[in-house]
Amino acid sequence: MLNRTADSVARATPEPLARRVRGISDKGLAWLFISPTILLLLAINIFPLFWAIYLSFTNYRANRPNEVVKNLGFANYKRILGDQDIWIAMQTTAHFVFWTILLQTLIGFTLAWLIDRKFRGHAFWTTIILVPMMLSPAVVGNFWRFLYEPQIGLFAYAVSFVSGIPPTNIQMLSNVSLAPWSIIIVDTWMWTPYVMLICLAGLRSIPEYIYEAAEVDRASNWRQFWSITLPMALPFIMLAVLFRGIENFKMFDMVNLLTGGGPGSTTEVASITLKRQAFESWRTGYSSAFAIILFVAVFGLANIYVKALNKVKQR
Amino acid sequence: MKSTLKLALGLTSAMLASTAVSNVAHAEDLTLCWAAWDPANALVELSKDFTKETGIGMKFEFVPWTNYADRFLNELNSHGKLCDLIIGDSQWIGGAAENGHYVKLNDFFDKEKISMDDFVPATVVGYSEWPKNSPNYWALPAMGDVVGWTYRKDWFSKPELQKEFKEKYGWDLAAPATFDQLKQVAEFFQKREIDGKTVYGASIYTERGSEGITMGAMDVLYSFGFKYENPDKPYEMDGFVNSDKSVKGLEFYKALYDCCTPPGASNSYMGEGVDAFKSGQVAMHMNFAFTWPGLQKDENVGGDKIGYFANPKGPDGDQFAQLGGQGISVVSYSDKQDAALKYIKWFANKDVQAKWWSLGGYSCLNAVVKDRSFPASQPYAQTFLDSMAIVKDFWAEPSYAPLLQASQKRFHDYVVAGQGSSKDALDGLVKDWTAVFQDDGKM
Repeated sequence: MLNRTADSVARATPEPLARRVRGISDKGLAWLFISPTILLLLAINIFPLFWAIYLSFTNYRANRPNEVVKNLGFANYKRILGDQDIWIAMQTTAHFVFWTILLQTLIGFTLAWLIDRKFRGHAFWTTIILVPMMLSPAVVGNFWRFLYEPQIGLFAYAVSFVSGIPPTNIQMLSNVSLAPWSIIIVDTWMWTPYVMLICLAGLRSIPEYIYEAAEVDRASNWRQFWSITLPMALPFIMLAVLFRGIENFKMFDMVNLLTGGGPGSTTEVASITLKRQAFESWRTGYSSAFAIILFVAVFGLANIYVKALNKVKQR
Repeated sequence: MKSTLKLALGLTSAMLASTAVSNVAHAEDLTLCWAAWDPANALVELSKDFTKETGIGMKFEFVPWTNYADRFLNELNSHGKLCDLIIGDSQWIGGAAENGHYVKLNDFFDKEKISMDDFVPATVVGYSEWPKNSPNYWALPAMGDVVGWTYRKDWFSKPELQKEFKEKYGWDLAAPATFDQLKQVAEFFQKREIDGKTVYGASIYTERGSEGITMGAMDVLYSFGFKYENPDKPYEMDGFVNSDKSVKGLEFYKALYDCCTPPGASNSYMGEGVDAFKSGQVAMHMNFAFTWPGLQKDENVGGDKIGYFANPKGPDGDQFAQLGGQGISVVSYSDKQDAALKYIKWFANKDVQAKWWSLGGYSCLNAVVKDRSFPASQPYAQTFLDSMAIVKDFWAEPSYAPLLQASQKRFHDYVVAGQGSSKDALDGLVKDWTAVFQDDGKM
């Protein structure tokens, strides 16, 4: 009976396709299946990257296709690294990355820790907290631009109500000192839930028995937090920092929608400068070199960070 | 079975034939590319007559001003066939001509007896010629435009305000004739309560992203004595762009921004200016003339409540205004150039131009604007004529984009962000523009 069943199963099992398609091995077939994806990847990721590297050594301008393309060697790179405006844009970017990550990590972790207490209605509050993250950046940008309006915006009125300063004097997007903070506030509002989610996953992954053992040892709540919660959630926090760091290094949409890089150049982050050089000034070679520099910077920093993250995980 | 097959074949053939006929009918449809704004709607209306006359259908591709240059310059640079006709910005003419994006129209104009002498001279230089002041035509002047001012005539005519103003400044409250007067009027209205509402002096251009602050600042700088270059030595800018007079002009623009604009107006261009005026926030409003027909019709601020004036005079009595507007060109990558040229020929017609003006477009044809009835045809017609007589334009070089980006940055950094001095901004501008022309091999 058993033999008969095994026999029928064996007969019902289809022959490997490769045997039916004469001349193609299983490995060949596997390549056949993944080759469209690889070709697509080469066409839309790898080729543009190498093309951009090539262009970065030239004076090519996309708006002058008929002009002779000259090889400039490293001239574009030298110019960028010696350009004061580029360094100011990089400083502005670093300022945004630092403050947004700091605020999002602090608030995100605190919220995750509170949600992890599993108080009554915590699921409802989790959903509410996640709402900003679910909105489109275009909607968020326009929505906050209205909130920041000094004459009709709710933000100005709320600050005025608390501080007594007339709302028309609270010019978040026009004031040189306040404009960078207006973007940091919006980015923090929108992306703190994302950090919270990752931190929450980290907190929920800590086995309950470790806390029980700590209770037996009469460790205080404070001690439990510093010795168990924080170290065990640290890899998750670091992962959230990595994701937000890479995202904010490329920050474009929110800045473009809220301030467009202004007032003056006070909120002009690297991605805005890059866009202006590439698509408004049409300095394609120059902007390709700048893009490569940014890519190398993000890639290098991310690699160093990932190594640190792995060390923390191994502890 | 046979009859069923025949029927099926017959139906299929009929369907294919009808599709083919419909394709033939649409084969000559022209696509016209322009900005999405009020005059574009007027052009849609006007073009219906062209379709009636020629049977050629018209399709339109309108893009908001903020993306207009990006979108269509990309289209031209990639040799796209989307646009058969394009109404491109005046500053594009150099690049479009040198890069072969536009069809040169000289032979066509000669053949069709279209003379550029029939158009307002400033619009021919501004919208059609490249190199400037040479008889090489790449566009037909299509939409005359210039920066001018509107003001709240109803507020200006309030007796109590007139009295207070006269006591304070010693002259009658009226449309300002000089920039000094303009600032006095703006200061007078700033944060004043009118009809229970706080109002402000003036709305001016401060936009950073595209061309706003350059258009606004230049509009003032010209009358203060700013020059792009040495008239005797092209591309020599030091001492002209950053002359003492230019420095004073930019200082004035900043002072006007600081003293007399509504709160938060740090990124304001055409749309924001119209909003500020329509919502009754400002006493005066700097904007291109294309906005005037819409404001004139507005129930709250139009009619008798609105007045118009050309750009005031500078300290030495010079009076200039920033040119806007565009010419219409045939795109050299279009497969329908013959039909597109037919449209240009039709558009150059006097009756069509007269209707263009009546629908809200700004004709550049002398026969229309020099007609005796023209100044009285609309409340803003005379101001338009006065303004068009004093126009100057930004660089129209092939490198206009980096030139514009440099001025946007330098002006915004100084005027809005308050960084450095007027002299620093203009010295920096000379440096940036010199680098652009050196890259182009022109210096």
